Amino acid sequence: MSRFGMAIDTVRCVGCMDCVVACKTENKVPEGFNRDWITEEAFGNFPNIQLEIRTERCNHCEEAPCVDCCPTGASHYHDTGGVVLVNHNECIGCKACVASCPYDARFIHPDGYADKCTFCIHRVEKGEDPACVSVCPTHCMTFGDLDDPNSKISKLVKSRKWHVLKPEAGTKPHIYYLT
Amino acid sequence: MDSLSRRRFLKITGASIAAATAVTSLNSVVKGAKTIEEKNGSVVKGIQKIPTYCDLCFWKCGAIAYVDNGKLWKIEGNPIDPLSNGRLCPRGTGGVGASFDNERLKTPLIRKSVRGEDQWVKATWDEALDLIANKMKKIKTNYGPESLAFFSHGIGGNFLKHTFKAYGTNNITAPSFAQCRGPREIGFELTFGDVVGSPERTDIKNTKCLVLLGSHLGENMHNTQVQEFADAVGAGATVIVVDPRFSVAASKAKHYLPIKPGTDIALLLSWMNVLVTEGLYDKDYVEKYGFGFEQFAAEIQEYTPEWAYTRTGIEPAVIRETAREMGKNKPATLVHPGRHATWYGDDAQRARSVALLNALLGSWGRKGGFYTPYKFGLPGYPYPEYPKPEREPADNPGKKYPFAEGELLSTGLREATITGNPYPIKGWFVYATNLMQALPNQQETIKAIQNLDLLVVVDVVPSEIAGWADVILPEATYLERYDDISDSPFKEGFIALRQPAIDPPHDQKPNWWIAKKLADKLGLSNYFPWKNVEEYLDTRLKSAGLSLNEFKKTGIIKRPPKPIYFEDGVQPFFWTQSGKIEFYSLKLKEHGFDPVPKFTAPEEPPAGFFRLLYGRSPVHTFSKTQTNPILNDMMSENEVWVNADIAGRYGVKNGQYIKLKNSDGVISNKVKVKVTERIRTDCVYMVHGFGQTSIRNRKTYLKGASDAQLVTKYKMDPLMGGTGMNVNFVTFEMEV
Repeated sequence: MSRFGMAIDTVRCVGCMDCVVACKTENKVPEGFNRDWITEEAFGNFPNIQLEIRTERCNHCEEAPCVDCCPTGASHYHDTGGVVLVNHNECIGCKACVASCPYDARFIHPDGYADKCTFCIHRVEKGEDPACVSVCPTHCMTFGDLDDPNSKISKLVKSRKWHVLKPEAGTKPHIYYLT
Repeated sequence: MDSLSRRRFLKITGASIAAATAVTSLNSVVKGAKTIEEKNGSVVKGIQKIPTYCDLCFWKCGAIAYVDNGKLWKIEGNPIDPLSNGRLCPRGTGGVGASFDNERLKTPLIRKSVRGEDQWVKATWDEALDLIANKMKKIKTNYGPESLAFFSHGIGGNFLKHTFKAYGTNNITAPSFAQCRGPREIGFELTFGDVVGSPERTDIKNTKCLVLLGSHLGENMHNTQVQEFADAVGAGATVIVVDPRFSVAASKAKHYLPIKPGTDIALLLSWMNVLVTEGLYDKDYVEKYGFGFEQFAAEIQEYTPEWAYTRTGIEPAVIRETAREMGKNKPATLVHPGRHATWYGDDAQRARSVALLNALLGSWGRKGGFYTPYKFGLPGYPYPEYPKPEREPADNPGKKYPFAEGELLSTGLREATITGNPYPIKGWFVYATNLMQALPNQQETIKAIQNLDLLVVVDVVPSEIAGWADVILPEATYLERYDDISDSPFKEGFIALRQPAIDPPHDQKPNWWIAKKLADKLGLSNYFPWKNVEEYLDTRLKSAGLSLNEFKKTGIIKRPPKPIYFEDGVQPFFWTQSGKIEFYSLKLKEHGFDPVPKFTAPEEPPAGFFRLLYGRSPVHTFSKTQTNPILNDMMSENEVWVNADIAGRYGVKNGQYIKLKNSDGVISNKVKVKVTERIRTDCVYMVHGFGQTSIRNRKTYLKGASDAQLVTKYKMDPLMGGTGMNVNFVTFEMEV
């Protein structure tokens, strides 16, 4: 089995949005929408400030509410790596998944179906990294198999401090933010 | 500055490489590259990968354009390109949007009402170029060829530059000097006898201590630098950031110094004071290569951290601690020279202070400091000699700014256009630079335009300056044209090819075609002995034993590596008057300037006003990318950053729209407020390039505020004529 995930090094990330742009061109995401985005969180008072910059997207959760709530089965776990995908033909655009996602990772594509990050499964199945990972000028993102203890991502998650987003939602997200 | 020729260094390296014949060419990377000839009008099935180089900024990253069944799809970095290392920046990645933009200029346009009213009739290329050529001939007859000025930005201007040199003018300029990196180049040249150059010769990757003064890498997206910055941060380098705003780079820093705007020289002098007083500088290096160190050391004695504290607001203990960090990591300490350096009018002396600090640390020429760049050294095209202009360039009459040499002052040519002194400038030909946002004080630009007999603008989109033109010529985007070969000075010598991935969608033309056609109409055909650009490129390549056909497949050709550090055998050479690193500048003394930099306090904002600072976004370049639909989707308007305490005091809410009024009474377009802890209380900040007024760009029309509009004051750098632009103060206007 494999379990795909991402480790994102917030120490390296500068929030330049290259990942967002690359996703848009790679996946022909329509104008006005995007599948990934940048979040900046600042704490403290000037000049003693801590700033965390994160590139965010679908967390490809192990317990994904979007899959659970989908009335047609369009939202599903892919056989490879547990990637959460939407079958466009089966999707009726009811927005239940959009409402259920704690990360606000989904939107309704102008063509009527729920859309979101696919971990660029079309590239991954060819042995390439997702577009966002391969474009990043800071090399802050590592994509790989969390079930393989020898993968780079497993080693990073083991050796570095990290946090996930909204652990309280109980979704078991698979994007790790290294700090 | 006769003895300090900025060109000399590169000429010499170029000559030495031209003798070398070994060339590495990596053919394997780009499979299936097809040429336009092979395409021959019919759609090529499947995916084509076409190597080219980016034009979203001046960095010129190697890239590969993907064309899917004849339609442009995406663009990625070329893996063998040493600048991008296979990864473009967000602007580069979004570059394909420039081609899709439905508000592009489609045909030549001729003005039909008064200048600036933006009313046009469509024209054929022949009509437009005939009109231009006739007016140019008249200007030449009535005023002389020097009365035509050419303003450009980027390598795309090369062919037109050639036409204008053939026509006989020497008034060829780019705002990138006096409105950007000019002071930095002069400050470094006066110290080391050589410029920093572009790409900057900064060895960020190997630095152990990186000092950034106002330079906001990460927001300022110069690709190689940002990649190396992340590497340095990842490797645990000490980062020291000096900025009135808590930048992204500041969030990566061990030491963040929230300096009072305009006081950098005081901080730099006191850092040097600590290094010298505590004996932390590189004594061997200074002794071996330095000139005038004793006088310098004596002068900086008074600039203690306590002295600097009262000027900069930085605690003496912090100044000492950071100076010691720099000293500890020398010579792998890099005090970054920045790029956009026109801040306060004392910028060349500030740059010189940065240079001197690096000199004390022994970082010039050393690993982790400043490497010694070299070019591929591709010979130029064997053109006939240009006519010799009879008059000196008009930008700097009487050599008022004695160190403005090598490049012209765009603001100086504007001044000459207004005053007619030293002689009238009657024509402007503007290529790919939006002068309305690039030059300070828009009213002066408009005033100058009124004196012109001819204003031509070549651009991809109807930019603001295009709105003032007599004739607009629509250019093909970089993805639709050949350009000149890029041969940048870098860590390795390499050349890059720009070639079209697709055809222009309408009646747009590549600049080489415009330049050649205009020359024909001016009776200057002998200056264009080549039939088309392929022939030009192939001729240049053949002179180095290469061919265009091979180059088209890889997009990049490299020289074998050479040493780039003194410690690896690079022979140190300083093109200064003394032949050494000038801690004390005889040249400056001779011209009545401070031979060792001195600090002068900047003017304080009046009560209720804040200093207007501006900077960059990672998704935009100047004011030229805002119309790109992909990049516009990333950021369609700017925000004004206001300190949270100030916002509270003035009752300004986060996300609220306000206007800014400067001390000359100029009121901006409405702009969204970002209430933040990340900025000092005495200044506000915005990203440059927004608040555009070209009504034909619906995506950018009055989106956000224009810092350029508010920069009505500028302070001239007495050394080199740079325009310090961080000298404007604004207050809040709640009525929008």
